[in-house]
Amino acid sequence: MSTINLRIRRQDNPDSQPYWQAFSIPAAADHNVVSVLLALRDNPVTTSGERVAPVIWDHNCMEEVCGSCAMLINGVPRPACSALIDSLIQPIRLEPMPKFPVVRDLLVDRSCMDASLRRVKAWIEIDGAWDTGLGAPRIAPVAWSANYLYSRCMSCGVCLSACPQFGSHSDFIGAAPLAQVRLMNAHPTGRYDKTERLHAIMGAGGLSDCGNAQNCVRVCPKGIPLTTAIGELGRQTTLQALQDLFGESTPSL
Amino acid sequence: MNTPPQAIVIGGGLAGLWATLRITDSGFPVQLFSLFAFKRSHSVCAQGGINAVLDTKGQHDSIHQHLIDTLKGGEYLANQPPVKSMCEAAPGLVRTYERMGVAFSRTAEGLLDQRLFGGVRNKRTCFAGASTGQQLLYGLDQQVRCRESRGQVSVRVGWEFLSLLQDADGVCRGIVAMDLQNLEIRAFAADVVILATGGFGQIYAPQTTTSTNCTGAAASRCYQQGAWFANAEFFQFHPTAMIGRDKTRLMSEAARGEGGRVWVPRQPQDRRNPSVIPESDRFYFLEEFFPAYGNTVARDEASRAIWHVTRELGLGIRGSDRVYLDLTHLNPAFVTQRLGAILDIYRKFAGTDPLTTPMEIFPAAHYPMGGLWVDFERDDNGGMRPDSPRNQATNLPGLYACGECDAGYHGANRLGANSLLSASFAGRVAGEAVVSYLKGLTPRSPLPEAILCAAVSKQQQLNAVLLRAEGHENPYRLHHELGALMTAKVGVVRANAELIVALDDLRELEQRAARIGLDDRAVWVNHSLVFARQLQDMIHLARMVAASALARDECRGAHYKPAFTMPLPAGRFAGDPEFEDYRTRWQANNERWLKTSIASINPDADPILRYDAVDLSVHPPIEPRDYR
Repeated sequence: MSTINLRIRRQDNPDSQPYWQAFSIPAAADHNVVSVLLALRDNPVTTSGERVAPVIWDHNCMEEVCGSCAMLINGVPRPACSALIDSLIQPIRLEPMPKFPVVRDLLVDRSCMDASLRRVKAWIEIDGAWDTGLGAPRIAPVAWSANYLYSRCMSCGVCLSACPQFGSHSDFIGAAPLAQVRLMNAHPTGRYDKTERLHAIMGAGGLSDCGNAQNCVRVCPKGIPLTTAIGELGRQTTLQALQDLFGESTPSL
Repeated sequence: MNTPPQAIVIGGGLAGLWATLRITDSGFPVQLFSLFAFKRSHSVCAQGGINAVLDTKGQHDSIHQHLIDTLKGGEYLANQPPVKSMCEAAPGLVRTYERMGVAFSRTAEGLLDQRLFGGVRNKRTCFAGASTGQQLLYGLDQQVRCRESRGQVSVRVGWEFLSLLQDADGVCRGIVAMDLQNLEIRAFAADVVILATGGFGQIYAPQTTTSTNCTGAAASRCYQQGAWFANAEFFQFHPTAMIGRDKTRLMSEAARGEGGRVWVPRQPQDRRNPSVIPESDRFYFLEEFFPAYGNTVARDEASRAIWHVTRELGLGIRGSDRVYLDLTHLNPAFVTQRLGAILDIYRKFAGTDPLTTPMEIFPAAHYPMGGLWVDFERDDNGGMRPDSPRNQATNLPGLYACGECDAGYHGANRLGANSLLSASFAGRVAGEAVVSYLKGLTPRSPLPEAILCAAVSKQQQLNAVLLRAEGHENPYRLHHELGALMTAKVGVVRANAELIVALDDLRELEQRAARIGLDDRAVWVNHSLVFARQLQDMIHLARMVAASALARDECRGAHYKPAFTMPLPAGRFAGDPEFEDYRTRWQANNERWLKTSIASINPDADPILRYDAVDLSVHPPIEPRDYR
C-alpha cells in the first residue's frame, strides 16, 4: 500500500459534537500512530483537500513508558507510540479513549486517576525525605518480582477505558488504583497502613464494584496482572471485614 | 507578611519533586507547576540505574573512586566540591528512595543489588528492573501526592512557565504561566522560584533520545531574561540509538558489551538484505579502527567512528544515517537472557527481531552536560556546605535551578547512571538551599501590581500576535530544519567553518520563525501555538550552543573538533621527551581551556561568552588522561 489512511474522530471542545475526518500520508517503513500524527502536523490537510487544525493528542516519551499517548486505535485502547502501522488494518480509526471526558480531539482528561490514587493512599508513609541512615527492611527476590510488575503502572488509563464497570455511570475506581493498593500493602512498611487502604476500597466504588469482566488485564500494555491483584485484594478485604467485626482477636494478616 | 513565604517549583521530574519534598519538609508551602502529570516526565526514560557506593560486592569500592570516575569522565570540567558532595550523598539518597518503597532489584539475601555500568570498574549501580528512572519518579510522585492531600503542596498540572517576575532590583518574585487548556495567562507571585525543567535534546530532533517535551524552552526563557548558561557546547551523543521517524530510542551499550558487532556494507548504496551480504563485503569499522577495543570502544569514539563512516565516507546503510549493530551471529538463548530488554524494545518499535535481522543504529543527542549556571558554597571539608542558600542558585537572585537544566555535575561528559543521581541530589540540595533563602528573607513589600500586569500583558500580546499571524512558515517544519541543521553542523564532530555557517543558518531560522502562520487559531488546547513559542526558545538555545561550540577550540569530553586534537605520542610514556613535550602542551591547553564557558544573552546578537575558573580543589588534574 502506497499510503497510510486514517479516520480520526475530532471534537473541538468538551461541549461540542464529535465529527470524523479522513487523512492520508505517503507510506514509509517504521511508522507508528504517533509518528503519523506528527507527520500530519506538517501539512494538516484532509483527503478531501481541506486544510484543518492539526489533530490534538498527548505524547511524550514515545517508548511506552510515560503513559501519555493512549487512545482508541481500531476500537482497541492502547498506547499509540507502540502501535506500528504495518500491524494495523486500514483505514486506521483513531478515537479518544472512552470513559474519560474529551478535552479536544484525542486528548482526554485522566485526572480522576490521580484522585483515585489519593483516595486509596497509594504511598508509603515516611518520616521525611531525609536519610535516616537505615534502609527499608529486606525484600525477598520472589516478592520483589511480584511487586515490580505492579510498580510499572504508568497511569495510561487503558485498563479503565476497557472496563465495563468504570465510567460516568458509576463510582468504580477501576483496576489501576486497586493494583496500587495491592502493591503498597505488600511493602514491609507500607503494610502499616494496610487497614486504611482496605477501608478506602471497601465502600462504594471500591473493590466489590468489579464485575470480573477481565478486560483490564487483556489490554494492559505492560502486562500487569491486574485481576490477580483484584483477587488478592478480595481475600484481604474479606479478612479485614472479619477483623472489623470481631476486633483484635482475629489473627492478624 | 502574614502568609508564610511561598516557593514555586517548575517541573515534575526527579529534581522538581525532590526540591518540593525538601521545602515542604521544612513547613514552607510549594506551588508545583508541570506541563503534565508528573508520571509523564522524561525521568521515566532513564533505564539503567543510579550510582551509589554501597560497597556490598566485595570490590572495595569507595566514594573517593566514584568522585574520581565522575571527575575524569567529565575531563575535569565540573566544579569539584558539588561532585564530592553528590558522591557522598548517593548512598543516603538511595536509602531514602528505598524507604519510599522504590522497587530496587534485590540480591538473593533481599538486599539492594548493584551492577556494573559503563566507564567504571566496580559494581556501583542500583537498579530497578529495566526501568529505574520510572521507579524513582513514581516513588517521589507518591510522596508528593501524599503531601498534596495534606495541603502542603498545591499542584498546577497543565500550566506552562512563560517568564520570571522580577522586581525593580532584579530579584525573582514569581512567574507568569499559561494554562495549556484555555490559554489563560496569569501571574503567580512567590518569594523564590526553582526551575527543574530538564534538558533540551529536542534541538536535535528527531535524532535525540529525549522526550518531545524536552525542548529546553523554560531554561531558554530564563536565559533570555538574564540567567547565565554554562558549558552549552557539551552535549553527549549516545552511539547506539535506534533511529525512528518520530524519535530515536536508546539501545543500551550492553549490546556491544555482550558481543554485538557494528558494520556497514563495503559498497555504498548496497541494497542487499544484510543477511545475504557475505563477510568479505562487510566493513566492521570499529574493529578495524580500534583493534585493541573493537566494538567495545568508548561511547564518544564509537559515535565519531559511526559519523565518519556515514557522513564522510558515505557508507551508511542504503545511503542513510544508519549502521548495523549485529547480534545475529550470537547464540539466541544467550542474547535473550542477557539482552532481553533491548530485544523487546527493538521488536516493539522496529517490528523486526534483532535475533534474525541486524539492528539499525546511529548516534543520537542524549544528554546536555551544560545548562543554567548554578553557584555553590564550599565547606571546610572540600564539599558543598549543606543548606547554604548559594547552592544551586542561578545568577538571578531568587531563581534556583536543578536537574538536567543545570550545569552543575558532569563537566564535559557524563558517566552512565550519574544522571538519575545528579537530578535527585541537585533537587534535594536546591530544596534545602531555598529553605535557607526563605528563612533569610526580610519582609518585603508585595510586587507592584503594575509589574504583574505588564508581564502578563506582554505574554498575552505574544499569543495574540501568533494567533493572528498570516505568515507561511509552519512551526513543525521549521523544527525539522532546526534538528537537521544542529545534527549536521553542531553534532558529534565539529568544525569551525561549519559552525559559522550554522550560526548564519540559525539566524535565518530565527527570522523565519517570526513569520509563522498557525494552522490552528483556537483558544482551546492549541498545541501549535504552544509549540511555536517553544520553537523560538529552542532556536535561542541552539544559537547559544553553536556559539559556545565555535568559541571552544579544543577537544574535551563530548565536544570534539578534529582540527584541535592532541593525541598522546604513540609508544611514549612519562619521562620520554616526546611525552613530556606532550604534557607541556596538555598543561598549556588546560591553562587556556579548562574553564567553564558562560553564555549570557545579547539581544539580537550572538551571546556574550566568558570563561570562569573551575574549582579543582579536591582532585586537581596532574596527569593527562591515558587509557593505554
